Amino acid sequence: MSAESNTELREMAESVFGDAWDSSTDAFDAKLWESVEQTGLARLTLPEEAGGSGGTVSDAAAVLTAAGQFAARVPLVETDLLAAWLLHAAGIEVPSGPLSATVAGNLTIQPAAGGAGADVSGTLRRVPWGRAVGAVAVLAGEQVLLVDTTGAGVEEGVNLAEEPRDDLVLNELTVRHVAVVPSVAVVEFPLRAALGRALLLAGAARGAVAMAVRYATERVQFGRPIAKLQAIQQSLALAGAEVAAAAAATAAAAREVDRRGFAEASFAIAAAKARAGEAAGQVARITHQVHGAIGFTREHDLRLVTTRLWAWRDEDGSEAYWNDRVGARALEAGADGLWPLLTGTP
Amino acid sequence: MTDTMATLPDLVPPPVELPERVAALRSEVRAFLAEERAAGAWRPRADTWLSGWDERFTKELARRGWLGMTIPTEYGGHGRGALDRYVVTEELLAAGAPVAAHWVADRQIGPSLMRFGTEEQRQRFLPGIAAGEVYFGIGMSEPDSGSDLASVRSKADRVDGGWELTGTKVWTSGAHHAHAFFALVRTSPKDDTNRHAGLSQLIVDLKAPGVTIRPIPLLTGAHHFNEVVFDKVFIPDSMVLGEIGQGWHQVTSELAFERSGPERYLSTFPLVVALLGEIAGHDLDAGRRRDLGGLVSRYWTLRRMSLAIAGALEAGKAPELAAAVVKDLGTRFENEVIDAARLLVSIPPDPGGEQGGFARLLADAVLHAPGFTLRGGTNEILRGIVARGLGLR
Repeated sequence: MSAESNTELREMAESVFGDAWDSSTDAFDAKLWESVEQTGLARLTLPEEAGGSGGTVSDAAAVLTAAGQFAARVPLVETDLLAAWLLHAAGIEVPSGPLSATVAGNLTIQPAAGGAGADVSGTLRRVPWGRAVGAVAVLAGEQVLLVDTTGAGVEEGVNLAEEPRDDLVLNELTVRHVAVVPSVAVVEFPLRAALGRALLLAGAARGAVAMAVRYATERVQFGRPIAKLQAIQQSLALAGAEVAAAAAATAAAAREVDRRGFAEASFAIAAAKARAGEAAGQVARITHQVHGAIGFTREHDLRLVTTRLWAWRDEDGSEAYWNDRVGARALEAGADGLWPLLTGTP
Repeated sequence: MTDTMATLPDLVPPPVELPERVAALRSEVRAFLAEERAAGAWRPRADTWLSGWDERFTKELARRGWLGMTIPTEYGGHGRGALDRYVVTEELLAAGAPVAAHWVADRQIGPSLMRFGTEEQRQRFLPGIAAGEVYFGIGMSEPDSGSDLASVRSKADRVDGGWELTGTKVWTSGAHHAHAFFALVRTSPKDDTNRHAGLSQLIVDLKAPGVTIRPIPLLTGAHHFNEVVFDKVFIPDSMVLGEIGQGWHQVTSELAFERSGPERYLSTFPLVVALLGEIAGHDLDAGRRRDLGGLVSRYWTLRRMSLAIAGALEAGKAPELAAAVVKDLGTRFENEVIDAARLLVSIPPDPGGEQGGFARLLADAVLHAPGFTLRGGTNEILRGIVARGLGLR
């Protein structure tokens, strides 16, 4: 899509997610899910012939940033970037409804007693939105399993933002759809997860600073809005720069994926997730400081975005994890190769 | 959207991809730099756009068409885009090449002359800038006017055929080598209700009678800064830049060029290259590998932001706000790089060390660091601009 239609897409997504803003619950937002299904955002990057919208990863970037900004309570990254992609790559028909996806290393998989498929035992750990989705795409080695959650035991857990991160216990569960994916998919899965999470982070950072700017212009102390105080202006300018950095890094990584594919964009994705994670901590700190005590309470909505910043920076690889990979790439490149690595031009 | 929803303006435009056309240009620049280094023409240094004055090198760049790139061909330039220029400048800075002689002229004087200059002024200066033979300084700050630029007191009085200029400019890098600068001066008395009125830009020949240039040594003792004193210097009408009274507006536009380039995050890049030279081939523990990775991730991000600004310049915009954001982030990062580098290896800084070696680069970087977050507008001033962009003031 062109830059122009990308702007339209972003505005549409901001409107859809903004309308759904609701601090009274942390549960899956079924009504919002209907909206994203109707508007084609739910399977945005899945090819049209597989029932998706055939969008680019840059399109997904615009949508996911908006979802993060408005703390959308739907598994968009999991459904579109991960599960639908993985199932489609494995030649398994993508089921309707919200989906999740995970990588599992410790499952016992045996040919099904009754014919097609497999009997699967083991636990899928901290599956995003596990309790809320009908099915989970599981990558076990190079095998893809489509696990129907109705047959799984659910042990509920949450992340810092109280988003579901549930353990799904499989006890000789018969999985009918089992297929093998090319090994590149194994490489691609964590990169997709990291980019998706980084885009959400960039959005949540934007949402937090937007709230702090608004609060600063409304909150009066010393006889004037605190926005007039240089100390507040300087702090929020720093936070604004962090938002800009997270946005630039994640949008650039998405573009890189559109140009070269996920595997070839691994350096960009690693740098983007690390940089967005770094921005997250700084933005959460500054926006809470600007809000004062009220932002530290359950009654104020700031927590919806700041708890997501804290949760997501550690999910799908923290700054430490991705910077370690970036550092290894720099060492491998050496003194003469560092600038070519940064510019992507050998 | 509910009425509690707040939105935020985009501070930096979306990232751009470099067009295919610049790939060959980049290769040519790299090949030239490799040749120069192999010949030992210069050694990589930190902060070369302040300290690396090398007129031979500047003329070599001009000979290859890499100065005045965005200046139209009828003025001796090359009529290329801002992104072409961007590629050349980032390659030169990353290599630590000596670019100071032409830096100001190529970066902001050329574009300002194209925007505000008369035909005569363009004909007079632009061909020399593109040829690497005419060098400029910056005439903004004064002894009593730093961040509060509108308080400048240098004053030009109307005389027959022109203006008579009296006052003092300071921190003018390279004035002792340069041919001219744009001085921001008062051409009518200060109006407290409109502080930005009554300012004008005059093109001052630095060799003219009545101009005195004195060195202001840096803390290292090195001579880059100067004080430029005007004692009844005659400026003919033909050397007024733009319109009398429009100086503030013009200087703001000039600052969009001054603040927006890759030199605002790459001043200490040669230090990281030397660092990699020291640690390559050694086993780096995970903690130090992460620290190195953190630097590289931030370099990569800053470059995407910097490129976004170059894209806006290419589209004919003056991205003042985005430039403030990236310059604030980038110049703070230039400092952070020094700390990370010095803690990653146990090599103390040595101002007498071998040129191009880590110890020497570290010494240069540490001693030049205070300037990074001051020049071209302090970071506090930049954040004020960002705060305005956010709607806080």
